[in-house]
Amino acid sequence: MNVSRRGFLKISGAVAAVSGLGISLKPITAHAKELKIKYAEETTTICPYCSLGCSIIVSARDGKVINTEGDPDSPINRGALCSKGGSIYQMVNNENRLGKPLYRAPFAKEWKEVEWDWALDKIAENVKKSRDASFKKTNAKGELVNRCEGIASVGSAAMDLEECFTYQKFLRGLGLVYIEHQARI
Amino acid sequence: MTNHWVDFKNTDIFLIMGSNPAANHPISFKWIMEAVEKRGAKIICVDPRFTQSAARADLYAPIRSGTDIAFLGGMIKYIIDNKLYFSEYVKHYTNASFLVNPALKLPGQNNGVFSGLKDGKYEKDTWSYQTDAEGVVKKDPTLSDPNCVFQLLKKHYSRYTPELVSRITGTPQEKLIEVYKLYASTGKPNKAGVELYAMGWTQHTVGVQNIRTMAIIQLLLGNMGIAGGGVAAMRGESNVQGSTDQGLLFHIWPGYLGAPTASMKTLAEFNDKRTPKTKEAKALNWWKNFPKYSASFLRSMYGANATIEEAYQLMPKLDDGGNYSWLMIFDQMYKEKFTGFFAWGMNPACSGAHSNKVRQGLGKLDWLVNVNLFDNETCSFWRGPGMDPEKIKTEVFMLPCAASIEKEGSIANSGRVQQWRYKAINPPGEAKPDGDIMSEMLFRIKALYAKHGGPLSQAIAKLTWPYGKKKGDEFHYDPRLVARELNGVFLEEKTLENPTKKGEFKTFKKGDVVPTFAWLQDDGSTSSGCWIYCGSVSDKNILGMRRGQADATGLGLYPEWAWAWPVNRRILYNGASVDPEGKPWDPSRAVIKWDGEKWTGDVPDGAGNPGSGRPPFIMKPDGVASLYGPGLADGPFPEHYEPLECPVEKNLMSPQKNNPTIKRFDKPGIGSDLDVYSGVDSCDPRFPFVGTTYRVSEHWQTGVLTRWCPWLAEMQPGMFVEMSEELAKQRGIKNGDKCVVSSARGEVECAAIVTPRFKPVVVDGNDIHQVGFPWHYGWITTKDRKYDKSDKKAEVFTFGDSANLLTPTIGDPNTMIPESKTFMVNVVKKGVK
Repeated sequence: MNVSRRGFLKISGAVAAVSGLGISLKPITAHAKELKIKYAEETTTICPYCSLGCSIIVSARDGKVINTEGDPDSPINRGALCSKGGSIYQMVNNENRLGKPLYRAPFAKEWKEVEWDWALDKIAENVKKSRDASFKKTNAKGELVNRCEGIASVGSAAMDLEECFTYQKFLRGLGLVYIEHQARI
Repeated sequence: MTNHWVDFKNTDIFLIMGSNPAANHPISFKWIMEAVEKRGAKIICVDPRFTQSAARADLYAPIRSGTDIAFLGGMIKYIIDNKLYFSEYVKHYTNASFLVNPALKLPGQNNGVFSGLKDGKYEKDTWSYQTDAEGVVKKDPTLSDPNCVFQLLKKHYSRYTPELVSRITGTPQEKLIEVYKLYASTGKPNKAGVELYAMGWTQHTVGVQNIRTMAIIQLLLGNMGIAGGGVAAMRGESNVQGSTDQGLLFHIWPGYLGAPTASMKTLAEFNDKRTPKTKEAKALNWWKNFPKYSASFLRSMYGANATIEEAYQLMPKLDDGGNYSWLMIFDQMYKEKFTGFFAWGMNPACSGAHSNKVRQGLGKLDWLVNVNLFDNETCSFWRGPGMDPEKIKTEVFMLPCAASIEKEGSIANSGRVQQWRYKAINPPGEAKPDGDIMSEMLFRIKALYAKHGGPLSQAIAKLTWPYGKKKGDEFHYDPRLVARELNGVFLEEKTLENPTKKGEFKTFKKGDVVPTFAWLQDDGSTSSGCWIYCGSVSDKNILGMRRGQADATGLGLYPEWAWAWPVNRRILYNGASVDPEGKPWDPSRAVIKWDGEKWTGDVPDGAGNPGSGRPPFIMKPDGVASLYGPGLADGPFPEHYEPLECPVEKNLMSPQKNNPTIKRFDKPGIGSDLDVYSGVDSCDPRFPFVGTTYRVSEHWQTGVLTRWCPWLAEMQPGMFVEMSEELAKQRGIKNGDKCVVSSARGEVECAAIVTPRFKPVVVDGNDIHQVGFPWHYGWITTKDRKYDKSDKKAEVFTFGDSANLLTPTIGDPNTMIPESKTFMVNVVKKGVK
């Protein structure tokens, strides 16, 4: 029987079908799960840790993630998750996440919370200053190189594909050549 | 990976060497165990430690860390001596028959190095092929000419006898033979073997050659391109395949287009030098299309704001032979060559080899921008152990970003499958998606240049960024628009002949998506950010969002689940899964099949019409796979060299101890005062044990995310050093004792784990002890550090700092990946001198 988990939840009266799904939810557990995620909005995500690409169902209600679980529809993980994938609930329900830019002035002993606008303006000024001071039109041989030698970047495989592309665009647009990330280590 | 995760279910023999998937890629074992249960597959595990993967193996062989080429070289000899190779495959699909320059000297006749070595670099004149008057490579299909690749391979590995290999690796001879015999059993058309590696193979001064040795074995056994075969490079991060695809490395533009160097003065010169040529009449040489991909990429950078030639001129160029890689960045940083640094979604203060040098280097910057979810050892380096903030000038910006489920976008897994992720909730506080942050940053930089000007300001002014809209004061980056740009669009109306159907024409309008990369153009009429992703977006949808369950072949290809690059092909090189007449080598596992008119099954790779004579490895200029690989820096065949830091006085294979082409950072003019090694020229009694790093299931990389998750921190609370019962006894250490592990570069406190999982290996008659430790830890989540009143405190503290405080600044000569898997250390009980 070929029923997706979503399909199964829709026809959850037919709990007898459960054995055909290859998952061992007993009817009572299924019922409890359904209650837990009732009125929740479901989205899918892919685990941010190793490179398997396990699919995870995220249930959110009132702007808060209330449940995460392996996605049985994914042919890659068929609902299974490891200890890390099983814990992503805690990555988003975590009081230690940073919610405000922090700034540490030269020689300062502590962080200071700052506004985005202020931080981004100051970063832009720093970038321009470093770039202007280190921009090389030509190299020692006199060949055209058009590069900024005073800034380097590492990162990041932690970004999405689309962000990776635009990040390299941002860096190469500024003329950086010292561009590296996790793949090198 | 050449294949993909689900494909493990089709395997007969697994060789797990250079990795520990049971711990680090746990769900892979779902498919490995399915093969064991349903096919009776066997698992071989070769590792210095009896790992969780070894615990599931039918056959475990211990090995001294860093001696994999010796181990596998012995396997090549065994396969050839016992004629266990797949001879039809070798003859038709590899360069076994190519005749090499008779002047080539192999290490066995040349003091352990290939001919041409000069000042630590190879001049490759003698590595060339013999050619006829037309420049076509001469071949001997009988594979008997003494200068043909096959005979050279045989001769080279004739030195790798079980006796000698055992003395080098510490693996008992009978274990070696057992492994060789079992794995070589996959050299039959109806048997499939796969190798699984990760950083256990890359992080060596012979990293690339480790993998080359295995590639040679897989080709000899006919395991490439088939279901259940291939080489599984198991990437360490969820999107490190994707981030590499997108060119976040100094030497490549997106889609693996080699970045331009200063001598390539025009786009035409660049294309000419980067486009491989062949004289093989029947070879497809796919990379001949390079100019289409480079032009389309340049369009994605500058669109209509510049011609493709102008865009090429605006792009930064590397120096010829210049190296701008990771180890060089931190070396240059330490030497105050940079004023600014972005550590975006990374924690180099813990992930970088020789972390102390990295941490010192961060203090020599004017400014540092770190983007992350949590406080970490990089952004807070100025208040870390041994640092005096009042003396550190670096201005630091810590920008909080959204987690993966707080934004949308896609990632590519190890099997090259691009899967879309959806936004479930908003990020906490004012944290923003990375895309929004970089957009805002760029707009501000653009505005400054528009106002004040500056060197080559048009490179910034003309950069296109059509990725979203301003809503109120804020720009919202839309990854769906980027996905479309990665795929590519037509920039003007164009009528083109169908590249796969002669005589059929199609007209595209401006703005239409390009159907596949075969339609990309070299004249600037198409844009595509990353050619290998061309085909990932259709007129209607983003294919990475698909959730189809169909699996017509029954091989687990799932072609309608998301999308895989290139062109939704799930098994690379599958043209080699059929014989030259187009018949599957193994009909029970046919990846592709000819139905009389077309191929069915997976998207065919390199397979011409049956009998066409087209060699299937179309990404190689000559169409055949390379048993002989003259493109590498350190030799056309892999040769055993000792790790830079090693426990033996000499290389038993030859007089050449280490890889002769590595860049040593302790030489005058290279590196710094911090770059010290031990046990290089002779054994150093201060650091008598082999140290190696690894990971545990519960943490990820530096622990930059997982140390802040209480469930995970509780399960794996801190730094440990795993050692044998024999070593523990010798050092008076008991399980759980606090110990200090030190190397020539630093020390780390660890709890001792005394286990039988490590055993001393007998190397040339001597007991060699190996110890291992994870690299997930860092001081920021520890209890005893100083906390300011605004500081975040982990719910569950961890203890210990990064294992990379111990690792050396030394890299593979091809990739410059650091040798973090083998180096020399000492271990003592805390308080003992």
